[in-house]
Amino acid sequence: MVEFLQFTLSGLSFGMIYAAIALSLVLIWRGTRLLNFAQGGMAMFTTYIALEVIRHTGSYWAGFAVALAAGVVLGAAAELAVIRPALGKPELNAVIITIGLLILLEGLAGIFYGGQYRSFPAAFSIIGLKAGSTPLGVSRFDVFVALAVLAATLLLAIGFRYTSAGLRMRAAAFNATVARLSGIRVARVITVGWALAGLLGALAGVLVTPSTFLYPNSMDSIFVFGFTAAVIGGLDSPLGAVVGGLLLGVALSYAGGYLGSQGSDLTALVALGILVVVLMLRPDGIFSGARVRRV
Amino acid sequence: MNSPAAAQGGEGDDGATGAPEIPGAKAAVSLVIEDLVAGYGEVVALDKVTITAEAATITAVLGANGAGKTTLLRAISGMVRPRSGRVLLGGADRTGRSPEDMARAGIAHVPEGQGVIAELTVEENLRIGMMSWPGIAPRRADRAAALSEAYERFSVLADRRRKLAATLSGGERQMLVIARALVARPRVLLLDEPSLGLAPRIMTQVMDMVVRLSRENSITIVLVEQNARSALAIADRGVVLNLGRVVATADARTLATDVALRHHYLGF
Repeated sequence: MVEFLQFTLSGLSFGMIYAAIALSLVLIWRGTRLLNFAQGGMAMFTTYIALEVIRHTGSYWAGFAVALAAGVVLGAAAELAVIRPALGKPELNAVIITIGLLILLEGLAGIFYGGQYRSFPAAFSIIGLKAGSTPLGVSRFDVFVALAVLAATLLLAIGFRYTSAGLRMRAAAFNATVARLSGIRVARVITVGWALAGLLGALAGVLVTPSTFLYPNSMDSIFVFGFTAAVIGGLDSPLGAVVGGLLLGVALSYAGGYLGSQGSDLTALVALGILVVVLMLRPDGIFSGARVRRV
Repeated sequence: MNSPAAAQGGEGDDGATGAPEIPGAKAAVSLVIEDLVAGYGEVVALDKVTITAEAATITAVLGANGAGKTTLLRAISGMVRPRSGRVLLGGADRTGRSPEDMARAGIAHVPEGQGVIAELTVEENLRIGMMSWPGIAPRRADRAAALSEAYERFSVLADRRRKLAATLSGGERQMLVIARALVARPRVLLLDEPSLGLAPRIMTQVMDMVVRLSRENSITIVLVEQNARSALAIADRGVVLNLGRVVATADARTLATDVALRHHYLGF
């Protein structure tokens, strides 16, 4: 029972990171119907920037803030510089461009920082918390991870639901033609979507890297799980992205915990299994059913 | 019928922002299409079309399927880039502007059948109409006033303001689309088949409203309709398109009584 609690809590903590990546993919998907394969690479790059800032200033929070800002800039710059010229052309073009961007970012990181593993600091203690004498399987930092992603998600949700800018983004995502005819500058909205996605990715990067080390490919597997979470939830649904991320995080945590030493090698297989089952039962993802289909 | 208003060319607003005026101080403007050529790929859908819609009048654009009626509206609102020719709004050249700019310049285009955003609530759909307003953050009081005005005009929408637009009937959706267009406080309203698929009673309501918008709100209206008889009944001018060309332009009453023309192109 104690084990179960531990696995669940640590699964939720990791799941929040998958949720952040999934949410960033959903933001871009809703605006441009495009999967951004460079999302993990962008997060890796902003984490290197954070590390650099932390080393020079000695302040974790300065690095944290700069990483998020860099995520915003990188997201918007990527959209303006390489994605926009490809929109309106065959969809595969833009997809291949995002893969090219990923290779470019990983290559640049290798050139600037080399390929060795670097450790990245955590904001809070990573020593496991205890309830009385029972270890809970999560640390103070894990709690911070969950709270940070939760706060970002809630802010986004509130922004989408209650602000005029949020309404513009939703209108542009659901019906770009009507949005443009109503005077909404859809191109600008798409850039903002990429900037927000960059911010979420950067957040996921600084939150996950204390447990994975930092190297040019360090976000690859996190991206794959985040992508899986997004597909499980239905690529169109922000709520689905969060639920998909938590679901996947907990399932992978059980697999790693209960299947013993082989378990951690099997996580990718478990993720694939979940994906196959969900897509067989609900081909559009768990949370897409409520959407109205346009003909 | 309606005497041509003198507002043509009197609108000096040619700024890049093209902001519509504050309500109340709004002057009616004319819409002039000159030698417009537009199409899709190899197809030429509009071939040197010239139409003048005087300020605060209703111009009915008639013709069979494929005559180019919808393309005409799309070319005016910027959804289709004209290959040549000009679009003049109140005398100012707006040719080739994006739909966003056209909306901000005061053109509201209600496309056929697909205007509501089903995933948003009724009220959110109405708020979309405010996105073309000038300035970055409209005052809360202005927004509330625009909404209550819309609900006053369309009481069916008031009862459903929190419901998703997907739950509305066809007639209610058409009301919502027109209401949203009016929230934008347009100077020119482009209506594509507003009566399509509506019950006759609702259709009469829609047509009555179109007349009131022109007479009371001084909106210049271009009305595309399959139903030529009812369109000509409310219009000031009529234009008949056939295969992308204008084959007749006249007072609506003259067109309605031209037996040969009616027989040939309008089917009644």
